[in-house]
Amino acid sequence: MSDAPLIEVKDLGVRLNTSRGPAQAVRGISFALRRGETLGLVGESGCGKSVTALALMGLLPDSAVISGSIRLDGAELVGLPDAAYCKLRGNRISMIFQEPMTALNPMHTIGHQVAEPLRRHTGISATEARGEAIALLDRVGLPDAAKRVDAYPHQFSGGQRQRITIAMALACQPDVLIADEPTTALDVTIQGQILDLIADLVAERGMSMILISHDLGVIAENVERMMVMYGGTVVESGETNAVFTRMGHPYTQGLFRARPRLGARKGTRLTTIAGTVPELADLPAGCTFADRCGIVEARCRAALPAVVDVGGRHGVRCIRTDVSMSAGGVGA
Amino acid sequence: MSAPLTASAGTAAIAPGVRPATGFWRRALRHRSFVLGAVLSLVVLVAALLSLVWTPWSAYDIDVASKLHPPSAAHWLGTDVLGRDIVSLLLVGARSTIMVGVIAVGIGLTFGVGLGLIAAARKGWTEELIMRMSDFTFAFPAVLSAIMLAAVAGPGMVTSITAIGIFQIPTFVRVTRGSANAIWAREFVLAARAAGKGSFRITIEHVLPNILSILIVQATIQFALAILAEAALSYLGLGTQPPQPSWGRMLNDAQTLLFQSPMLAVYPGVAIAIAVLGLNLLGDGLRDLLDPRLARER
Repeated sequence: MSDAPLIEVKDLGVRLNTSRGPAQAVRGISFALRRGETLGLVGESGCGKSVTALALMGLLPDSAVISGSIRLDGAELVGLPDAAYCKLRGNRISMIFQEPMTALNPMHTIGHQVAEPLRRHTGISATEARGEAIALLDRVGLPDAAKRVDAYPHQFSGGQRQRITIAMALACQPDVLIADEPTTALDVTIQGQILDLIADLVAERGMSMILISHDLGVIAENVERMMVMYGGTVVESGETNAVFTRMGHPYTQGLFRARPRLGARKGTRLTTIAGTVPELADLPAGCTFADRCGIVEARCRAALPAVVDVGGRHGVRCIRTDVSMSAGGVGA
Repeated sequence: MSAPLTASAGTAAIAPGVRPATGFWRRALRHRSFVLGAVLSLVVLVAALLSLVWTPWSAYDIDVASKLHPPSAAHWLGTDVLGRDIVSLLLVGARSTIMVGVIAVGIGLTFGVGLGLIAAARKGWTEELIMRMSDFTFAFPAVLSAIMLAAVAGPGMVTSITAIGIFQIPTFVRVTRGSANAIWAREFVLAARAAGKGSFRITIEHVLPNILSILIVQATIQFALAILAEAALSYLGLGTQPPQPSWGRMLNDAQTLLFQSPMLAVYPGVAIAIAVLGLNLLGDGLRDLLDPRLARER
């Protein structure tokens, strides 16, 4: 395994044209993933997680303006013509989607849908692709794969369908797998199984994975490094263990406090973060979290704070880490 | 689990992506409206084919002496104002009805669906151009475009079919674009793009199969409209030219005699109703049968 990063993102920015005017959905995202590494993206709805994923896949609408650089094995992807991108998608970079109920075409058999990327990217025959599809479906734990390969998506449960979409995404042995909330639509009991399956496959095939979730628990258990996103920027990043041990950003701390806890007294209200997520169309000039932050100062609103390294490649985009990271953080 | 489910999982081990034919026909025969629609459509088709080789009387012979006869052993449904045999007229008229419907809807489907799919796939100014062009075409009623065409090419069946066909294009463009846009917004299209498929492949493999049922139903409605439009054009002397019989012309000929012999209007009216109803039921049934999600319930 070489030390050169497999995928390297530098200062990625995405501006979307929305009905409310241009919105800077993503600003200044940078990270590098080596082969076999896993990265988690966490944040609430509308923070730019999925836009980042779609930017990596080259699937943003034509009207989106992308700046910065995305390199796969050293080759620049930003500005790549669509025809060339089509050759990469599903082949070198794959994606698993949130809704297994809608991510499969109801009109085609699952075997056809799993075999399709194979035939497309490797040019093998229909019979070979079918055999391969059965093997893949078997690997992702679909019971009776050989028999059910000609069944339609509606004949499967949600968990089984997610297994099928995983088989589709992995068909061509991609180098990078992007999993966009792969378990959000599933039962809690199935969630664990699917995440274990993804983890096994990632380890088995030496893929790099970017796992997107709003669930801190999922992130804590499944990735080596994590980035917390808020308002289109990364507010905290680092080794998962380091971030969970010493949360530096008031937003990360707020997210952590807001999680439901087992054994809490009945009737206890969940802690929330006051205020609402800022509209991407009119983000504040300074720190995007300023309006909801407990330790905000005037200078926070002046300019977007720079990332502060608090040790061991653990970065926090906050100018008040001295306060937020002192003795248990803000108001905890 | 019900029997068809296990059957479709078991019998389909022939080739990927091919629906088991036996299952389709077994389900088709159990689908009531499909069977009824197929029978009614077949009646019209058989009538048209039969008229090519046999009619009880000639549909073109005028016998004014025996005009407006009531039904009898010789003339099963009587004769019209020119003494022509109604049964023979209906049989021959089925031919022009089918021809007008098939060709006009064919024109509408081919161009309309093609343009609609392109509009949905390309978006941007391509979509804008196609939609504004179809609005422009839509603004002219079929009758007006038929009159314009007739002024250039002369009245006749070809003119009326072309005019009706052109008039059908914008309807298909709109229906296709609307439903195709809805499919393009679905997550499985995003998944297909993530799997590296281009917009042409997605259109053929994902969009078209998913809007097919809508198009089939729309086509049967348009077929009915085409028959009615042909009747209207024949009335204005722009459609089928005498002595060529058509159901629409029979209906309009009968209009002046509505109080003397009302049955003259009823016969072609019933014939049109049978054709339209049959096609609608057929389209409805096909929609159900082609949808794998509904396969179980039938």
